[in-house]
Amino acid sequence: MKQIITIAVNTFRESIRDKVFYSLLFFAILMLGFSMVLGNLTIGDPVKIIKDFGLGSISLFGTLIAIFVGISLVYKEIEKKTIYVILAKPVARWQFLVGKYLGLLLTLVIEVGVMTIGLFALCYFYTGRIPWELVKAIVPICFELQLILAVALFFSTFATPFLSGVFTMAVFIIGHLTGDLKILVARSENANLKTISEILYYTMPNLENLNFKAQVVHGLAIPLQQLSLSLLYAASYTVVVFMAAIIIFSRRDIR
Amino acid sequence: MDNLAIRTEKLSKIYRSDWLYKRIAALEALDLEVEEGEILGYLGPNGAGKTTTFKLLLGLSRPTSGTICFFGKPAADSDYRKDIGYLPENPYFYGYLTAEESLSFHGRLHGMNGWELRNRMDSLLALVGLEHARRRHLRKFSRGMLQRIGIAQALINDPKILILDEPMSGLDPMGRKQMRDIILGCRDQGKTVVFSSHILSDVEMMCDRAAIILQGRLQQVISVRQILDRRIQYWELTCTGLASALVEQVRQQMLETVRTGEQILFKAETEQVAHHAMKTIVEAGGRILSLVPQRESLEDIFVQQAGKKEKAKAKEKV
Repeated sequence: MKQIITIAVNTFRESIRDKVFYSLLFFAILMLGFSMVLGNLTIGDPVKIIKDFGLGSISLFGTLIAIFVGISLVYKEIEKKTIYVILAKPVARWQFLVGKYLGLLLTLVIEVGVMTIGLFALCYFYTGRIPWELVKAIVPICFELQLILAVALFFSTFATPFLSGVFTMAVFIIGHLTGDLKILVARSENANLKTISEILYYTMPNLENLNFKAQVVHGLAIPLQQLSLSLLYAASYTVVVFMAAIIIFSRRDIR
Repeated sequence: MDNLAIRTEKLSKIYRSDWLYKRIAALEALDLEVEEGEILGYLGPNGAGKTTTFKLLLGLSRPTSGTICFFGKPAADSDYRKDIGYLPENPYFYGYLTAEESLSFHGRLHGMNGWELRNRMDSLLALVGLEHARRRHLRKFSRGMLQRIGIAQALINDPKILILDEPMSGLDPMGRKQMRDIILGCRDQGKTVVFSSHILSDVEMMCDRAAIILQGRLQQVISVRQILDRRIQYWELTCTGLASALVEQVRQQMLETVRTGEQILFKAETEQVAHHAMKTIVEAGGRILSLVPQRESLEDIFVQQAGKKEKAKAKEKV
């Protein structure tokens, strides 16, 4: 356990000393500011637009950080040979992966935390109250981010950062479209297309299950059971992807 | 239980190239025994399989076949590495950490913390001469300084076994002397040291035994003391103030003659020939500067082995 914590703390330290993290965080906060301008310019309730835009920004920039930092997680360590001295110590491969993952997850949670505080402050400025109900959308966003991070880590154990980035982005996009895709293809006559969409539907994560942004912004009720099942789904999917990453990483030679 | 620190049996590593699935044997049936408390030099040219051996010992690569034992126990899970210190060739560390943070990180990976870790860090930074740079980021370190922090992290857990891949590379003469002292100091503390090197004089100076590996195969394990006790190959006689006629006269009895300005070096096959030449030179008014017996060196053995291997390879091609 000590080894995992040491690696996690060090990974966290690495990412908060990384310029990419700060530039993305900067742009994320800039987007929140932009939502205020947009809210004032658009007809309708400006707070709804700020909430909608704010939640979208948290999700988008969180995903970008998860992908950008996650894809080079293992590859960079092997490429720069920093992994040699670590795995030559009493550290199992799985402990290394878990430590790296937890360190980055902590970075992501802090990023989401900073953006949430910014969004709350903005809403408070307009309405005089903190919109706690947004947490119902933000927690699923965090679960989506940890899943994306696990996917990025999975690819990072065997592919270059570029390929990992492309693959992870593909999973992210398909993950958001898979539900719609299934409905669309159901109307098609083409059997091959149907098979492909079926395979994608059942193998890719259904990330729309974790999208509660619209419901929360429009004040619609979210059944607790639906929310818990969605979170459980994301957690289970993450565990499976993570196990696959551990199996691949444990078998590979560090050359 | 035996008193072997490391034992490998039929250890092999075959890589498959990405294209056409060609088999490349990086290491073939290595039977290596390293006794507890000795310094073993692991010699071989680039690509001979030295780093591959170390990676297999440390679990960084998986052997294709064969077994590895440390202190009689098979190297199974990651736990066996708690008694090992490793310095890779051209070590790389996180550049965003300071020397102190880096050592603390490596110590913590060994489960160390608190005063135990702090004291160990202080003594190691002093040992490698990096006390002045303890708060400097490693990205600002020179090659030699990285090598020093490398040996410090390898020693952080006070290991029983040290595995050092080219520990002298990147070091200036002072650094090399310091590294030699550290390695010899480790032996005095009863540690087992295995290090690879291209520099044969380092091996001769420090090692108890030397293992020579060529093209993935262990050729010979020699006791370095035995080399020092080996038979004299020839005698080197250096003199000055000799007339040309006399040089010609003495040269005829010698294996080889080398002239450097006023000084002439004769290589005599036996001690008698050397003494006879000395007498002739002194009688003719010349001056003897030195008479030194030359023994077979590690370099000679190494070159011999490499030559044999090359010949065998050439034969195979024919």
